[in-house]
Amino acid sequence: MSRLIRMDGSGHTTLAEWTTDDPASVEAAVAAFREELDQGSIAMVTRGPGHAEHVRELPLDEQLVIMRRPIAGG
Amino acid sequence: MPAAAGALPELASVYWRPRMTAERLRRRERLWTLTTVAHVVPFVVIAVAMVLLSPVALPVSLAALAHAWLIPALYARRGATVTRSLTPAADGPERVSLGLLGDLVDHDARELHARTGLVPEPGRLGTWLVGEAGALLVGERRVSCWCVRATDPDGARLPSGDRVAHLLLALRSDEEGFATVANLAFSGARWRVRRRLPKRQRAALDAVAARSTLSA
Repeated sequence: MSRLIRMDGSGHTTLAEWTTDDPASVEAAVAAFREELDQGSIAMVTRGPGHAEHVRELPLDEQLVIMRRPIAGG
Repeated sequence: MPAAAGALPELASVYWRPRMTAERLRRRERLWTLTTVAHVVPFVVIAVAMVLLSPVALPVSLAALAHAWLIPALYARRGATVTRSLTPAADGPERVSLGLLGDLVDHDARELHARTGLVPEPGRLGTWLVGEAGALLVGERRVSCWCVRATDPDGARLPSGDRVAHLLLALRSDEEGFATVANLAFSGARWRVRRRLPKRQRAALDAVAARSTLSA
């Protein structure tokens, strides 16, 4: 089961869970993903120790996709 | 201009800044050193000259020396504030966010974060110590202090673990982009920054510095 989560005021919120053999769950996850992007979030997946990647489409084969807020210099 | 593949999306908001590279970083570090020298040397010269001209001017000389000491110390103090802890969220969100952060780092980093609030992250530019509102870039003898933070979602404050995780993920995806987006608050000798850090965070700096020295 793959998960789409968003880091927010609650720690994190699970937005969607999907398996590739369940088209309805994939469709719901893609919709949730796009909605988050529209709200300005940035999607990240980890790529092993010390590596992460910004993704623009929901990677269906990833176990965990994390939505984060933009960062800015203080 | 479209962002390069893998580049931080936030670079679009600082489009006027040249992308940070190791060479640009060295130049900015040298500039900080020159600035420090420019602040210190005149006061030291004044202090020596005053005493040579008239021993009665010793108090003025001491005041000049104090300025020579205090001005770089104030800069270092400003730099060290990038590792400050922000007001924590409620216990529940804090616990949840620390759980997620714990999944992103290894055991040693988790342990160091629990003790100091900082997460070590090796990079090409040096070793980073990532906090809630900024990061330290630790070199062999120098530390650069970067002020950068996650923007809070509407109507909510991010818990501490999430703040660190935001910076960590951004750093891991594009280290040079991260250093471009962040503001360089101070760069100077490690000892200057160390003495301005809260005691518990000095251990993190010492641990990372020891590794830097070993790998040099």
